[in-house]
Amino acid sequence: MKHWLKLHWRNCTGSLRDLAERPLATLLTAAVIGIALAMPASLNLLVKNGSNLAGSWDDARDFSVYLKLDTELSKAQQLVDQIEALTGVAQVSLTSADAALADFRASSGLGEVLEELEDNPLPHTLGVRPIEDISVAELDALGQQLAQLDAVELVQIDTEWVQRLNAMLDFLRRVVLLASTLLVIGVLIIVGNTIRLDIQSRRDEIEVLKLVGASDGFVRRPFLYVGLWYGILGGLLAMLVLLLGSWLLAAPLETLVGLYASEANLLGMDWATIGWVLAGGVLSGWGGAWTAVARHLSAIQPS
Amino acid sequence: MIRFDSVTKRYDGTGEALRNLSFEVDSGEMVFLTGSSGAGKSTLLKLIALIERPTRGQVLFDGRNIARMAAREIPRHRRQLGVVFQDNKLLVERSTFDNVALPLVIAGLNDREIARRVRAALDQVGLLKKERSKPGALSLGEQQRVGIARAVVTRPRVIIADEPTGNLDPWLSLEIMKLFGRFNDIGVTMLIATHDLNLLGKLGGRRIRLENGELAEPEDDALVF
Repeated sequence: MKHWLKLHWRNCTGSLRDLAERPLATLLTAAVIGIALAMPASLNLLVKNGSNLAGSWDDARDFSVYLKLDTELSKAQQLVDQIEALTGVAQVSLTSADAALADFRASSGLGEVLEELEDNPLPHTLGVRPIEDISVAELDALGQQLAQLDAVELVQIDTEWVQRLNAMLDFLRRVVLLASTLLVIGVLIIVGNTIRLDIQSRRDEIEVLKLVGASDGFVRRPFLYVGLWYGILGGLLAMLVLLLGSWLLAAPLETLVGLYASEANLLGMDWATIGWVLAGGVLSGWGGAWTAVARHLSAIQPS
Repeated sequence: MIRFDSVTKRYDGTGEALRNLSFEVDSGEMVFLTGSSGAGKSTLLKLIALIERPTRGQVLFDGRNIARMAAREIPRHRRQLGVVFQDNKLLVERSTFDNVALPLVIAGLNDREIARRVRAALDQVGLLKKERSKPGALSLGEQQRVGIARAVVTRPRVIIADEPTGNLDPWLSLEIMKLFGRFNDIGVTMLIATHDLNLLGKLGGRRIRLENGELAEPEDDALVF
């Protein structure tokens, strides 16, 4: 056991030393792996931020319920109580037609034109806020229920674009999954090819090792460690790319989010992302090396 | 110790390298394989080191037929042998010490034991002072001696050598052969392929002559001496 651990330690440090002796080639390979890992990771971060923003906008999915023009204010006040009693409703507010006109007059700058009107063209309006954990189906059902009330002229739901955003995010999640799979396969091929070249360049050494009694495991181990180191270095570079990207994009993104009146905080790299990127690097580096070693090492025999 | 029993080795395209070969080498014996180029000497040694497998027949090593040995058992078999090549097969990037230490590292010895045995082996071949040199900085004779040190460092019971003096001048060749003689004196079984008849006259041991892959009568002593 001690001997086994010692051999591993020797291979582990030896392979790192080998990589350090050719820094440019090592950096280039690690950079390719790093970029390949950073792409799905950054897409994932984008989707997570999108979900976060969509979640924060969910709070604003209120109904605007416009009553018929001939509805009395007293009837409107009765409706407030009636609607508040419905399942899925958190709060109902009433904006009278007079209040709405006064507000419009003040905000539109059309005061003099509006003075000319004989009748108030605006209806009484109810603002209905659903409960927080209402589902999309329940939201639709509530909208239909409100539309069937006698005094109601029009029910407007402003959540369609949030639903569209959620659908888009679902689609993007699948894109991330597909891109991640393809890029991991790419990393496997890159590492596999690098190790293959390494095996070819050390062909004589491998022959000698086998001649003096080295087992397949003994010959294989340094190459697996090289793949592992490539994966770790690639993972670290991917995190560097993500950190740099987050730093560069943070300010303009905050401005953009602010324009949509959202209070959502932007999500940066968390421990889970760091873990996934590093694990992805390690697994793809080691896996790529294993693939190359399994395929090419057995073909080299002493002659 | 080593027995060939009706062994035939056929290569695709080039015909039979060995034909129905049978002979035996006892433990502690020194045997020279002689014959012209292409006679089958190297093929015979490759069958012992399991670099090749026979097409027919049995190769018995310590009573066990190694011709059908499973691939996973080959490394262990090779660790019982010391192998010396004409081109010495040293790792040019590694020092003399590291080259000799290689079989011991594979065998899993601790660093102190490795250092002790490597220095003892280098001392036996007269290269203790060059343990830090890389093969490129050594002469051909010195490189061959490093190869021999690597072959004996594990204290194998059998050493096989394929034209170990092929690249050396007569004086160095004799020196190398005397070195083999010393290992044989302490009980190591030696099987050495050579076509250098002049050397054989100066050494003891048994001769097995191959001709076109078959056993032939050993050379006339008058020719050898």
